[in-house]
Amino acid sequence: MTIAIPVDEGGKTVCVSFGRAPYFLFHDDGTGNTRVLANPAADSPGGAGVKAAQFVADAGADSLIAFRCGQNAAQVFSASNVAIYRAEGVSAEENLKALEAGRLPVLATFHAGFHGAV
Amino acid sequence: MKISVVSGKGGTGKTFVAVNLAVTAQDAVYMDCDVEEPNGRLFLKPNVTRELPVHILVPHIDSVRCTGCRKCVSFCRFNALAMVKGKPILFPEICHSCGGCSLVCPVGAISERPLQVGAVQLGYVGSGKETRPSLRIVTGVLSIGKVSAVPVVKATLDAGAALSYDDAQADVASQMVSVIDCPPGSGCSVLESVAGSDFCLMVVEPTAFGFHNFRMIEQIPKQLGIPCAVVINKDGEPYAPLEAYCAEHSVPILARIPYREDLTEILSEGTLAVKADRELARLFEQLLRAIVDGGEA
Amino acid sequence: MKKLLVLSGKGGTGKTTVAAAFIDFSHARAFADCDVDAPNLHLVQSVDGPVERSDFSGSQKARVDSHLCVGCGRCVVHCRFDAIHLVGTKASVKEFACEGCGVCVEVCPAQAVSLAEDVSGTTTLYRGGRIFSTAELKMGRGNSGKLVSTVKRTLVDTVKRAGESSVPLCVIDGSPGIGCPVIASMSGVDLVLVVAEPSLSGLSDLRRLFDTATMFGTKMAVCINKFDISDGLTGSIEHFCEEHDVPFVGKIPYDRHAVAAVNAGVSLAYADCPASKALRTIYDRTMLLL
Repeated sequence: MTIAIPVDEGGKTVCVSFGRAPYFLFHDDGTGNTRVLANPAADSPGGAGVKAAQFVADAGADSLIAFRCGQNAAQVFSASNVAIYRAEGVSAEENLKALEAGRLPVLATFHAGFHGAV
Repeated sequence: MKISVVSGKGGTGKTFVAVNLAVTAQDAVYMDCDVEEPNGRLFLKPNVTRELPVHILVPHIDSVRCTGCRKCVSFCRFNALAMVKGKPILFPEICHSCGGCSLVCPVGAISERPLQVGAVQLGYVGSGKETRPSLRIVTGVLSIGKVSAVPVVKATLDAGAALSYDDAQADVASQMVSVIDCPPGSGCSVLESVAGSDFCLMVVEPTAFGFHNFRMIEQIPKQLGIPCAVVINKDGEPYAPLEAYCAEHSVPILARIPYREDLTEILSEGTLAVKADRELARLFEQLLRAIVDGGEA
Repeated sequence: MKKLLVLSGKGGTGKTTVAAAFIDFSHARAFADCDVDAPNLHLVQSVDGPVERSDFSGSQKARVDSHLCVGCGRCVVHCRFDAIHLVGTKASVKEFACEGCGVCVEVCPAQAVSLAEDVSGTTTLYRGGRIFSTAELKMGRGNSGKLVSTVKRTLVDTVKRAGESSVPLCVIDGSPGIGCPVIASMSGVDLVLVVAEPSLSGLSDLRRLFDTATMFGTKMAVCINKFDISDGLTGSIEHFCEEHDVPFVGKIPYDRHAVAAVNAGVSLAYADCPASKALRTIYDRTMLLL
């Protein structure tokens, strides 16, 4: 299973934003492999959530761990069967462990679009 | 003559000036292009006779015809399209209605459908018995939650222009004045509102913030090549840098509306200042004359 | 490091005046002006030190290579924004109307049109004794949500490099309105202080700001400026706050000294007048919430 997390520079901490996170971390819990890729949507004037979600879905993610996520991104994830979990604490590594242990809650509320803002 | 009224930052008195100027003219059209918050009608209280919906076109994808080639997703610069498991998803809220996706789809799976984003209300002030009311009001209203102000602004300007065209056709000797109440700020919709006018009136407060703001909005008529002048609102002590700048750059100051506490009260009740106060009625008469007769103080 | 955002809904309510006073009361060493359409904070806060200015590119705009243009007008026909027209025999772009959609690029038979980065504004960062991040949009440019985010990010990144512990408080002068730039400024802040105007539009804006803050899970507090314009609406606002459990931190009377201070280029923090006293009370109460 591949888990995606939006992360800050350095790839260690979970980013407060989803659509405009500078990077996404992808962890394959089968192989234990982790890669950090630049988020193509980070600089988008608009529709960053859509573009970031498309990127994450295309990368083959099965789950996403994030602090928050917009309605548009959520729609893309729902159509791609990507499960979304709410991050706890800022450490990406700790969040992966928490997900494995089944301790992370599902992210159920999504915010409205920002129309070109953050 | 079309007079646009701008102010840049909010709260300066743009609508106050625009509305009272329109009322002062004997024969006028008032266009409210501040479509997110059209407040002119709160003062003018028009009889609304017609409402014209304003639409933009949004794409509609025939998912049966769609082959999942993703050309539309790649084309869209606004990220309004996604493709999941060969099925397209459209996000109409961020769609700019450019028509590009429909254009690039190789199998013609994308058509366009109208989506209402606002409306233009036509109304008048008068008894209804005149052949032509002295004040006609065109109000642009952007629907809640919609972001595309520009199409509604354009529709408002078009509706206002149509009124003067009708007059010219009917051979009516027209001293008619159009007053365009522009949106705040200096974005695209403001420029659209000013671009079609013959004269741009800038409402400025005589303070450091007001002067700084004025320097920014002055760019608008300058860059569009439209003659302009200043109206100082909430006047008290003259603000020296503003006075000096206007003198040096030959920007006429056509009126100084004094700050009066009693005014704030009547305004909060939606009263027209020129109807309630003779001093102000005279001031707006002189302002209108100054603009129409050549823009010199 | 705590981040305090000052918002107001409609313009002209006194947001910048309040933000400036707060900066002086708290001796804040970092602040930002996110009102990128009309940045005013620098007029009432003096800053010095090394300055960094950068061009900001918000979006792209179409550009015509007139050598390649054959004047066929296909671009004009297809442009939904009336942003391209023929001047003589060559196509020319009306920059302020162009939305950068790329349709003209697509339809041009001569490949004479391309999309290029548009410099829509300038960001400025002062890194002297105090860190000040601000920006200004070029005329006719929208898209200020992205620029607002850039101004904030620059502030936060610069503070992090200076060492967060040396900067306990950042004050952010937000954008007026209730739209996208405002939403951009709200994310990640510890408290939003709304400077409300006692008018019908002021109350309506307050409701919208409250809904947005709730959605973000951001704490909010409210104060009223020029409360003596309307006792009735001042009451309505206080009632709204009570109903929704929003801390009401005080009210400021209309005060001519405020204008005088602004014109003199200083904040009200050091003035001796009713507005200044009211501001001090509001400041003290707000700091307790942070």
